[in-house]
Amino acid sequence: MHIGLVHFLIVSALLFSLGLYGVITRRNAVLVLMGIELILNSANINFIAFARYGGLQMDGQAIAVFVIVLAAAEAAIALAIVLNIYHRFHTVNVDDISKLKE
Amino acid sequence: MNYFDIIFCFFAVVTVVSAGIVVFSRNIIYSAFSLLFTFFGVAGLYVLLNADFIAVAQILIYVGGILVLLLFGVMLTNKVVSVDLKTGTMQTFPASVLTALLAGALCGIFYITDWRTVEQVRDIGTTTNSLGELFMTTYVLPFEVASVVLLVALVGAAVVARKEKSHHLSSTPR
Repeated sequence: MHIGLVHFLIVSALLFSLGLYGVITRRNAVLVLMGIELILNSANINFIAFARYGGLQMDGQAIAVFVIVLAAAEAAIALAIVLNIYHRFHTVNVDDISKLKE
Repeated sequence: MNYFDIIFCFFAVVTVVSAGIVVFSRNIIYSAFSLLFTFFGVAGLYVLLNADFIAVAQILIYVGGILVLLLFGVMLTNKVVSVDLKTGTMQTFPASVLTALLAGALCGIFYITDWRTVEQVRDIGTTTNSLGELFMTTYVLPFEVASVVLLVALVGAAVVARKEKSHHLSSTPR
């Protein structure tokens, strides 16, 4: 058995599924964010795996940098929103937050 | 099995197992610290894929930035002193069926597809140089847009996270 493209893709598929499971099942908004980070990481593994094995060369890695940048921006904004929700509703349970305005 | 395969297996196991702990752990602190190992494992996979700059960026940004931010989120939104750090789950059975089906389908598709792979990749050395050239030539517009997006997002996050009390005081003088 020689490690090739398929093995990296399978790792990223598992990471994606675990992240999706976290997003679906967890009630805590911060844990939902962690699931989203897992999903973004799995997408990044795919980009870089194809950059290495698929002849995409440096372009795949450049796109991966953009993904990391957007993940950082997303985490900052989402956590600010979560903190605001916590101040207003005193919970971060995503089931209880069903109103835009009280 | 050469060294590459063994190191890949190590990092793959670290990544997947710690991602599993992130998702399945009942304690949110365990989840947050397990996410650290997931990010390190993914960075190791990047190194194996000849992406040294991205691996370092992953450690700097994800571990140094996003994970610390998430930990702040955990600490600020949970009553750390009381024992309220456990978080519930919902729809466990349909979610596990759905994601297991998805994982199986994805792995099956990845396995049976005949990928056109480049077997022998020339040694390109460190990628930082060529990546920087790419950002200054082909991807100069997305690069600038990304910088503006980052600036706007961080300013917006600071504004959103601020308490509204000061706003009230200034709008209604007493």
